[in-house]
Amino acid sequence: MPRLRDFLSAMVFVAGLSVPALAATPADTLVQAWQFDDIITLDPAEIFELSGAEVAGNSYERLIGYDINDVSKLHGVVAESWSVSEDGKTVTFKIREGRKFASGNPLTANDVAYSLQRAVLLDKSPAFIITQFGITKENVKDKIKATGDYEVVFSMDKPYAISFVLYCMTATVASVVDSKLLMENEKDGDFGHEWLRTHYAGSGPFKIRDWRANEVIVMERNDNYGGDKPALARAIYRHIPETATQRLLLEKGDVDVARNLGPEEIEAVSANDQIQLQRAAKGTLYYFSLNQKNEILAKPQVREAMKYLVDYDAIADTIMKNLGEKHQAFLPKGFLGAVNDTPYKLDVEKAKALLAEAGHPEGFNITMDVRSTQPIAGMAEAIQQNLAQGGIKMEIIPGDGKQTLTKYRARQHDLYIGQWGADYQDPHTNAQTFASNPDNSDEGPSKTLAWRNAWDTPELNKQVDAAILESDTAKRAKMYEDMQKEVMETGPFVIMFQQIEVAALSKNVKNFVLGPSFDTNIVAGVSKD
Amino acid sequence: MVLATGLTLVRFLLMLAVTLVGLLAMTFVIGRLVPIDPVLAVVGDRAPPQVYARVRQELGLDLPLIQQFWIYCKQAITGDFGRSVLTSNPVLEDIGRYFPATIELATLGTLIGTIIGVPLGVFAAVRAGSLLDQIVRVIGLVGYSVPIFWLGLMALLLFYAKLGWVAGPGRLDIAYDYLVTPVTGMLLVDSLLQGEIDVFWNAVSHIILPASLLGYFSLAYISRMTRSFMLNELTQEYVTTARVKGLSESRVVWRHALRNAAVPLVTVIVLSYATLLEGSVLTETVFAWPGLGAYLTNSLQNADMNAVLGATLIIGVTFVGLNVVSDLLYRLLDPRTRTP
Repeated sequence: MPRLRDFLSAMVFVAGLSVPALAATPADTLVQAWQFDDIITLDPAEIFELSGAEVAGNSYERLIGYDINDVSKLHGVVAESWSVSEDGKTVTFKIREGRKFASGNPLTANDVAYSLQRAVLLDKSPAFIITQFGITKENVKDKIKATGDYEVVFSMDKPYAISFVLYCMTATVASVVDSKLLMENEKDGDFGHEWLRTHYAGSGPFKIRDWRANEVIVMERNDNYGGDKPALARAIYRHIPETATQRLLLEKGDVDVARNLGPEEIEAVSANDQIQLQRAAKGTLYYFSLNQKNEILAKPQVREAMKYLVDYDAIADTIMKNLGEKHQAFLPKGFLGAVNDTPYKLDVEKAKALLAEAGHPEGFNITMDVRSTQPIAGMAEAIQQNLAQGGIKMEIIPGDGKQTLTKYRARQHDLYIGQWGADYQDPHTNAQTFASNPDNSDEGPSKTLAWRNAWDTPELNKQVDAAILESDTAKRAKMYEDMQKEVMETGPFVIMFQQIEVAALSKNVKNFVLGPSFDTNIVAGVSKD
Repeated sequence: MVLATGLTLVRFLLMLAVTLVGLLAMTFVIGRLVPIDPVLAVVGDRAPPQVYARVRQELGLDLPLIQQFWIYCKQAITGDFGRSVLTSNPVLEDIGRYFPATIELATLGTLIGTIIGVPLGVFAAVRAGSLLDQIVRVIGLVGYSVPIFWLGLMALLLFYAKLGWVAGPGRLDIAYDYLVTPVTGMLLVDSLLQGEIDVFWNAVSHIILPASLLGYFSLAYISRMTRSFMLNELTQEYVTTARVKGLSESRVVWRHALRNAAVPLVTVIVLSYATLLEGSVLTETVFAWPGLGAYLTNSLQNADMNAVLGATLIIGVTFVGLNVVSDLLYRLLDPRTRTP
């Protein structure tokens, strides 16, 4: 509802409303206004949505964590330390002693092995993060084993780069769950999955007391937590879909944090001295892509021309202001080997020359599937105008998220605009999706973004596979740099921006953390003056 | 009367059955025709193909359409609408949770609309052409033509943000949440039943704005209809007769004319109630009101087909039910309609 929001902002401005912050929320509770209609489960073995990952990040502990200020620094969380076998195919994790779950049950190596095995056996969407190491439902009990009260052995089919393995252990799917509690709630051998979808069995700083879909999430301090206990007794997320309403609630002091303000609202609240803003670059990219099944779009010159027909700077200053920064490579800033050059800018003459070379001096007609939400829809409109300068008439086909996605996954689009978030902090996650397509047939089993755009990548496939086996980190980084440059120059992806997340907080909120991913948006340290 | 009621019941059941089957078939077909893949709602964007295939099978989407429909009908008859993807709960349980919030809001809205709308309409009719009549007509026009979400945001800005007279979006302040255990699901009722007076007043301060807004919306309609029904009655002979007999004007208007105008008016009020029950989606969004409208919109956007089908059915049943109620009331109020 962009017009609605614009209008509201204008009204507020005209009326000269300045609402004093009243801090009406309870002193021991953090209240956030947030759109979390994507949450469909609380089971860490199934969670694969951004909002769900954030809730899990605050309530479960994973095996490994990373420094949110320097993603390249890994540290143990539930694991105290780890060692790698000589052949590089086995990692042994030593588990911290004396930890407890919120239920009071002790946390042992058994729980860790159970959690990872469970994720593989349940085989929900994020299970591949663990199974990609050659682990299957059949062999998982041998491959992931507790070999003592506080020791877990993780065996793989190949000597993968250890950093790759460890980053996968920082993902939500590697959260440690309370095996005893889950077995008590097991039904038909489902590892307690049905129960855990709406309940809690973790050891994190907060425990989840209640989740009502599209309404509220209530987290309470876990007094059994092994780390520094949260200062606040409760953290509550309220689902507020309308961003203008979020702003109102924040300014009235009915919430402490507004999480989804639009660019104009951020602009407006930044003038309010009772409100502070916090920003973090996220591992999410905004891009549009060209389906290579379309003969025109498959021409290399056309692919290149498109990259010169986007006014990146203008969009960054308007629609994406406060929401994103220019970025053109497939690894977001902060990832190992990320390329931060932005060689492409709007150059109509060059684009026209390329189009002429491709045999389309007068341009052509094309469609773009666009999800009708901001900022995607706004970006699509801007791109439409930019492409027109080069003679390309682009028709926007609006739809809701599931609709456009269905078409995209069926490879029936011409152009598709969307966003892509990294699944874990290792560069392989995006290298695989943007640069790997081992079987370009319609039935191809690996449905990466390269596959969705029917882009055949025989050479890149080999590079992607080689990079996860490279144990020399510097060499590995170089491999990803090369792949990014290759995809940037020849690929069917026009990568434009990296997402910046902005939270608007009441002035009295301290130590609120926005990390590089959603599961590192942490409220455990928050206090209120 | 007994016979008439019996007939109505039979008609009701027939109408219900036909409507249900029709609704089931229509929503089912639409649900399957829309270019949205319900499997995606379950597995998300990045699930590997084998997970996708398994879920597709679990949802029964690999079966022929007619078989899928048959299975769905069989389940629906037993009240099993399946599980909602979004909430992880059985759809029926979700409806039990979200519908009371909508009922509470729509009921209060209709009450407000009726209590104010009927007298306004009567006055406007009695003084047709006067300034008061003009004002009532303008009020009606505005209520009818201004988008309700816009009015909602403006009302929030004024009464909540600027004046601070009422509480903001949501059903309760955070501090009062969890003090009341849901019995009817309607907070105003539950809080009174459990003697939680603070919670009651807090709930009132939250509901008053959205309910007034819906009230205004139905007031606009109700007052306009009242006016036209009354104008019609006031020109009837029995009114003239009553006046000739020397009855006071207020007695003529309120006792005689309104009583007769009430017959069609009841239908108007009941239908406007039904409209509020199904159509408060935008209000629920603006006020972050966790009702059935919000539930349905959300499910639609997320291709959560079980929830969409379940919620649509419930709304359909309610609509049929309210139609029958208005029918019955019509018979009660107007003896002429009772003769078969």
